[in-house]
Amino acid sequence: MKTDNAYLPWEAEIVDTIQETPDIFTWKLRFTDREVARNYSFKHGQFNMLYLYGVGEVAISVMSNDGECIYHTIRAVGRITKAMMKLPIGAHIGVRGPFGSAWPLDEARGKDVVFVTAGLGCAPVTSSIKYVVANRAAYGRLVIMQSVRHRNEGLWEPQYDEWRTLPDTQVLLTASRDKTRWPHWSLGRVSVLLDEAQYDKQNCVVMMCGPDAMMADTARTLVELGVPAESLFVSLERNMQCAVGHCGHCQLGGKFVCKDGPIFVWPQVAELMRVKGY
Amino acid sequence: MSDMRYLPRAALSGLIDAIRDAGYRVIGPREETGQGGLVYREIDGVEDLPQGLHDRQEPGSYRLEKTGSPRYFAWANTASAIKPFVYAPREKLWRVVHKEGRIHFEPVERDAAKTAILGVRACDLAALELQDAHFLRGKFVDPYYKARREKLLLVAVNCSHAAATCFCASTGDGPEVSTGYDILLDELEDGYLLRVGSTRGAMIVADLPLQAATQGHLEAALAQSEACRAQQRVLPGEKDLARLGEQLESARWTKVAERCLSCGNCTAVCPTCFCHRELEVPALDGKSSEHWRDADSCFSEDHSYIVGEVVRHGTRERYRQWMTHKLFNWVPQYGRIGCTGCGRCTTWCPVGIDFVAEANIVLGLAEAPEPELPHVDGSEAAQ
Repeated sequence: MKTDNAYLPWEAEIVDTIQETPDIFTWKLRFTDREVARNYSFKHGQFNMLYLYGVGEVAISVMSNDGECIYHTIRAVGRITKAMMKLPIGAHIGVRGPFGSAWPLDEARGKDVVFVTAGLGCAPVTSSIKYVVANRAAYGRLVIMQSVRHRNEGLWEPQYDEWRTLPDTQVLLTASRDKTRWPHWSLGRVSVLLDEAQYDKQNCVVMMCGPDAMMADTARTLVELGVPAESLFVSLERNMQCAVGHCGHCQLGGKFVCKDGPIFVWPQVAELMRVKGY
Repeated sequence: MSDMRYLPRAALSGLIDAIRDAGYRVIGPREETGQGGLVYREIDGVEDLPQGLHDRQEPGSYRLEKTGSPRYFAWANTASAIKPFVYAPREKLWRVVHKEGRIHFEPVERDAAKTAILGVRACDLAALELQDAHFLRGKFVDPYYKARREKLLLVAVNCSHAAATCFCASTGDGPEVSTGYDILLDELEDGYLLRVGSTRGAMIVADLPLQAATQGHLEAALAQSEACRAQQRVLPGEKDLARLGEQLESARWTKVAERCLSCGNCTAVCPTCFCHRELEVPALDGKSSEHWRDADSCFSEDHSYIVGEVVRHGTRERYRQWMTHKLFNWVPQYGRIGCTGCGRCTTWCPVGIDFVAEANIVLGLAEAPEPELPHVDGSEAAQ
């Protein structure tokens, strides 16, 4: 991130748009200034502020960076993201970042790795899953638990099927509002998957992303099942406008989610997430 | 004591001239015409200062009275703090031009004017220190704040009386100014005890007709400060405030919310509040757009908005956020509470919610007062 003025975006071109589902799309973006592209690097779990001309900015986690282009998977839910989905290939946007803390992928080496996600929560962790898959030998078992409301909202199902075939890997999917139980799919919320998951509770790292309530419930259950609280990590979503800890909107107790987070080790936020509306 | 000098009242205009000669615009306290309050505004000379004006503050009330005193600084504090001169309530961050399918980002020129503020109080200097911690000493430096901060010259004046709403003695930030000033004055009956706190300050006073301060001057100044220390309101101490995190489900928040209008006045006058929202101001011709920031308040409905929900959905949650941030969560963020005891939140609350009293009640250190019910008798009804 530039040091003199972290508020000023860089220009980037939309090189490609992949429509993942009716309301989820992935952007392939290239910085116009090649110097910026060369110096840009992110850690899994960090986010960028994406700027739509004349409208404003939105915080989106970075999916990947192939050295030339960066990728973002975005759900069109708000004023800005809905308009972003309509931008044609070749259009230009603003990008600044990366901001925030990262998933503990280095600390997780040699341990079992568990991902728990709900909704679009899978997007911020997919880059980490790919990283673990690419460095498979460095990690123990890989368990991926993903919950969606309906199976057709599930992103990248073929990729999940592919991961399922990897050694020492479990992919557990569930749909909370479907009536039909498809092969490889359970019915219910993510909690129904926890019993099936096989991993070393004493030697694992759990990374969670999704609604606050899902992460809090899962974290408490896992602690009860014997996973140390220090092994649990959550990615929080709050109102982010400046991304540098100045504007104050993302505060959760004494934390600025944009710069102290968005990834927190569970004990940092466990008590705060108990308080409704804090 | 050798650094203490004495400036006769007649030479105060000389000080203002010397500051202006050094290239500064001079901001000082002045009566807001027709508004009945003191604010910091640009001044031309001593004639703009509030000579003989005294403030009377209560929860929800600020009144100026004429006393006939020759003093210029016989008031406790101004309606707004010095904050707007450093952390601007509205600020253009950058501009973007749309041309032939491309967008070009242009930074805003940051040419802050050299600004001197005369009459700064201890509470506001301490608050400036807190804002410095927020905007300058974190991982990211705010270049807009920094540009103005570096051009600031601070002429502090120790308080000669405390308002009923003041509680700087209990936060440890006053009544005396101890650090952070370029020049420090104590206003006495016929002049000023003067201390210099920086090289810049020393250069400005170098040619003034300063006299040696006498023992009498020193004693008078000390007596004034000592009198200010007796304040009606006392914020709970550090140890008690550290228990605020255990009171997040206190029934008192609901009680406060019954009176609080969620208007955000308290956050607007607070010298340490830093929240701001980012705004986009596109040009009508569609060819360019400006990105601004605007002071925001944790009492505004969309402050905690995330897609599809508002985290702090009611006044209870917002008042709790305001108080626990100020008195509890500021500690892990910046090493101390975010309140310097100026009392403005209480004075400018339209329903007179007493911040200090509420903190004491939430912590169980004071009983909640019986609610005062309006009299419904013949005489009242006749009005």
